[in-house]
Amino acid sequence: MADYDPVQVSPLDADQLAALRDQAVSAFAAAGDLDQLAAARTAHTGDRSPIALARSEIGALPPQARKDAGQRVNAALAAVREALTARTAELERDRDERALTEERVDVTLPWDRAPRGSRHPLTMIQERVGDVFVAMGYEVVDGPEVETEWHNFDALNLHPDHPARSMQDTIYLDPPDNGVLLRTQTSPVQLRTLLSRPLPVYVVAPGRVFRDDPVDATHSPVFHQVEGLVVDEGITMAHLRGTLEHFARAMFGADQQLRIRPSYFPFTEPSAEVDLVCFSCKGDGCRICSQEGWIEWGGCGMVNPNVLRAAGVDSDRYSGFAFGMGLDRTLMFRHGVSDMRHFFEGDIRFTRPFGTEI
Amino acid sequence: MRVPMSWLRDYAPVETSADDTAAALIRAGLEVEQVERLGGDIVGVQVGEVLEITELAEFKKPIRYCQVSVGDGARGIVCGATNFTVGDRVPVALPGAVLPGGLQIGARKTYGHTSDGMICSVRELGIGEDHAGIMVLPADAPLGADIVDYLGLRDDVLDIAVTPDRGYCLSVRGVAREAATAADVPFSDPAALDVPELPAAGYPVTVGDAGRCARYVARIVRGVDPAAPSPDWLARRITLAGMRPISLTVDVTNYVLLALGQPLHAFDLAKVAGPIVVRRARGGERLRTLDGADRALDTDDLLITDDSGPIGIAGVMGGATTEIDATTRDVVVESAYFEPRGVARTAARHRLPSEAAKRFERGVDTALQPAAAELAVRLLVEYGGGAADPAVTDIDLRVAPAAIKLPVQAVSRLAGRDYPADVVRRRLTDVGCTVEGGDPLQVVPAPWRPDLTMPADLIEEVVRLEGYDTVPSILPVAPAGRGLTREQRLRRRLGRAVAAAGHHEVTSYPFLSPAVFDALQLDAADPRRAALAVANPVSEHESHLRTTLLPGLLASLARNVSRGQQDVAVYETGAVYLPRPGSGRAPRVRADRRPDDATLAELDAALPAQPLRIAIAMCGRREPAGHWGPGRPVAWADAVQVARDVCESLGAPAPAVTAAAAMPFHPGRCAAIAVDGVEAGHAGELHPRVVAALGLPPRTCAMELDLTPVLAAAVDVVAAPAISGYPPATVDVALLVGAQTPAAEVEAALRAGAGELLEECRLFDVYAGTQVGAGRRSLAFTLRFRAADRTLTDDEVLRFRDAAVQSAAGRTGAELRGT
Repeated sequence: MADYDPVQVSPLDADQLAALRDQAVSAFAAAGDLDQLAAARTAHTGDRSPIALARSEIGALPPQARKDAGQRVNAALAAVREALTARTAELERDRDERALTEERVDVTLPWDRAPRGSRHPLTMIQERVGDVFVAMGYEVVDGPEVETEWHNFDALNLHPDHPARSMQDTIYLDPPDNGVLLRTQTSPVQLRTLLSRPLPVYVVAPGRVFRDDPVDATHSPVFHQVEGLVVDEGITMAHLRGTLEHFARAMFGADQQLRIRPSYFPFTEPSAEVDLVCFSCKGDGCRICSQEGWIEWGGCGMVNPNVLRAAGVDSDRYSGFAFGMGLDRTLMFRHGVSDMRHFFEGDIRFTRPFGTEI
Repeated sequence: MRVPMSWLRDYAPVETSADDTAAALIRAGLEVEQVERLGGDIVGVQVGEVLEITELAEFKKPIRYCQVSVGDGARGIVCGATNFTVGDRVPVALPGAVLPGGLQIGARKTYGHTSDGMICSVRELGIGEDHAGIMVLPADAPLGADIVDYLGLRDDVLDIAVTPDRGYCLSVRGVAREAATAADVPFSDPAALDVPELPAAGYPVTVGDAGRCARYVARIVRGVDPAAPSPDWLARRITLAGMRPISLTVDVTNYVLLALGQPLHAFDLAKVAGPIVVRRARGGERLRTLDGADRALDTDDLLITDDSGPIGIAGVMGGATTEIDATTRDVVVESAYFEPRGVARTAARHRLPSEAAKRFERGVDTALQPAAAELAVRLLVEYGGGAADPAVTDIDLRVAPAAIKLPVQAVSRLAGRDYPADVVRRRLTDVGCTVEGGDPLQVVPAPWRPDLTMPADLIEEVVRLEGYDTVPSILPVAPAGRGLTREQRLRRRLGRAVAAAGHHEVTSYPFLSPAVFDALQLDAADPRRAALAVANPVSEHESHLRTTLLPGLLASLARNVSRGQQDVAVYETGAVYLPRPGSGRAPRVRADRRPDDATLAELDAALPAQPLRIAIAMCGRREPAGHWGPGRPVAWADAVQVARDVCESLGAPAPAVTAAAAMPFHPGRCAAIAVDGVEAGHAGELHPRVVAALGLPPRTCAMELDLTPVLAAAVDVVAAPAISGYPPATVDVALLVGAQTPAAEVEAALRAGAGELLEECRLFDVYAGTQVGAGRRSLAFTLRFRAADRTLTDDEVLRFRDAAVQSAAGRTGAELRGT
């Protein structure tokens, strides 16, 4: 107790400390930016600041007074630091916000520096048709566009003098009696499938076909079909009808109506034409459907036993159906394409809106 | 086939409207394309009597001012025709009347008189073509009667597209039979005539080819008045059916053809020399046919001949020498059955799709010939005042048709719904078949149904008459499928990638003109010039199949530019057609059984190779101009990059790109593309001469790639990479190389030398200029290394870098710059 100093150290009394604390807090609050705050920080919490000096006086107190004084100083210091931290955060947020404001841009500026392209709707409709049938367990097959007369005609029950051969204006390779032609239908794929695959067969074959037709709004020497072929035990016309109705609904919507009416194709017997209710008049009759209320979609039927025989299939055990639908027509109906020439001219203004999936 | 409803109702008394009849026929399988309404557009034309005629002589042509009455007193009408006299009954259009085409008739002043209506010609009434004079009606035509009712002008005509299997529907008889069955009304067969039994002493005929002519009936009618007109009803019927009345004899044969479906031919008896012989043509024979053409005959052509040689092509067209003319009085009527396929061949060979040939090649009723001849004879006798010879020629070489065995259940089995046995029997009887036996049924097809040859044909008859719409709808259950094939999936991925990169897909016609090869500046020996020729091209000049996708694609590009697009990038995927050694001629193979594998292989060997390709073409700017800057013009490198993108999108190895000089490309800006060691195509900027020849924008760039090697090299199953958790080490090297040294070679050398820890090697700068000296350039690469199991030390990295540089130095002469 020899170094007892009876003098009360004035900075350590409660009022004084409260005043120092309040001065510091006010100074922080008054700091308008982080630089001013740094200066205030040095002034009020630095080594030479009144609180720091007050703290250094604690040692001069009598031992019994040191504890209380220490607690008072620490409390004041903690309050000052808290105020500093809070103000620092506040000013930093202000600074960041200002910076963000300064970085403001015009978000409406265009930025189409890499315009996207598009796929042709004829490509995409072929894929979509494939997907509809793959979902039913079918497989997608194809065949050559330049085809032999045997695959395109003879084996499809069209003998050389058959009137149907002249009906379809076939494009032959030169010389025509070489028996090589541009396929007039996707039906030769039926043969190729039956010749190469084990039974049963459930396939579709979308592809390009050719006829010697002049070009106009509804005709083209090149057009597209999807061939369907099912050969299995116990296949009936009811299966054909069910499949076509499902297909039509998948393409045109759940309420699409369809009819099949008797017709003739050499490779099917019985044969039928498939008509869709006119898209424009819904069956009332209009200019588009020639007042019929129906629009032809394609042909179908039960595979002619002669075709099965040419492919080596036992027609007593197996039966099957086949159909061939016009894909260009499908697109025209589905998307309101008015002129077939749009498909083949390659004008990107036609293709672009279709994007990459339909 | 045009079928007037009034005619059809003679044989099938249907009470339904033409529209309903058409709908019923469509349901039964006849394609009624149109129902034409006739006579409905004539209003207010009546039967009138000419009371008085005043000839007006002061005009350049004869003009009459007539007093005419339709029963309500005389009215004055001006008329320019002179073929009528006082007392004649004529059609009179009164003011307010309407004629075909909507022509309104009013009272008008003409030739100095007021014409209070009009006297009509045949043409003005829309009945026929005759406009030489007005139409004089029979004297008993009731005064004041509406002309539409009196002449029976109100009619509907069904226009039917007859499918090749339904030859019998190329007659009113055949269509009426279908209509009667559909409406369930009795059918009265116009061919059910009482044909008299006559002695077989008709015109001498020999048939030398029973296979081609199974029946030949001939009858003679003498003394037909050549001036006798066809009766109005007959002329009107054949007119409505689409034929032009010519003379009684010709009109009668046409009438029988339309009514019954049996083509007849009438010879002028006086011009036939000696017996008729039906035989094949001999080498060198010729015939001038009725259309005036002098035809060289083929030894496959079946002919009607007499002592003078050919007088007709059987079933197709008669000859000029025995033609009926204005003096013909005695007529030989031929009613025969000619074999369909022979007629089809001859008609096709001579390009003569005559009405007769159209019916014979589909097969006419084999039992019809005597009745058809009889009908023609009766009409010639009745309206031509002729007399029929009491004799007939009837050579009958027909073979009885075999019965088809049809198990009753087969119908239900194929259709997918139940048909009781009595329905099957009744429907087959409806179409004229003779049905016998229990089960299986023994079915003998009607003689007019040569298309019925097997059970499936009979099944169709039952199902269609019961209605296709009564077949239920059932979705078959397929066995589990395998989804799309690898190639199908890859092709979709490819299309999406190329489109996403800014290209628009086009689908061109696969035809081209050989002239385009010159525009593409191809060598004379360029294999692309070996394009396959089309025998009958759709467009005269696009006569060959494409061997390259570029012509079609560049044409699309040019079309877009000409329509105002400036920045265009298009692509096409599709086959090209390349002749192969030995391809071109397909063997003749029978189709009544499966060919053996060797034969199938021979068939396929006849076809050209048809590999799938992708091509792109682009012009203008690759990146458009905008507020960010002027954009970037299309460059050769964009075209090359598409080839790389194609490979990358399919997971194929990066293609090898080497400098090449191949047309149609710029010799200094053309890259050859090889995929997995296989030459696959070229890319770059087009040769300026090609650009000029095809009218393309300058600097147009293109690429064409064979997809076969790309698809083959595409990754099947991606092996997952090991991901190292250790940091990479990066080092840059700048290499001095000769100006002509390809960057790709330098990069490949660096990669080869850098060791297996090289993660990436990327060219980031190309510099040529004074600092490196003439004839040299500097290529700067970043090499990034990483190990799977440790952090690489600086020493290691420098060692790898040195090894890489050494490899580049050894392979390409590269020197490390700045050391």
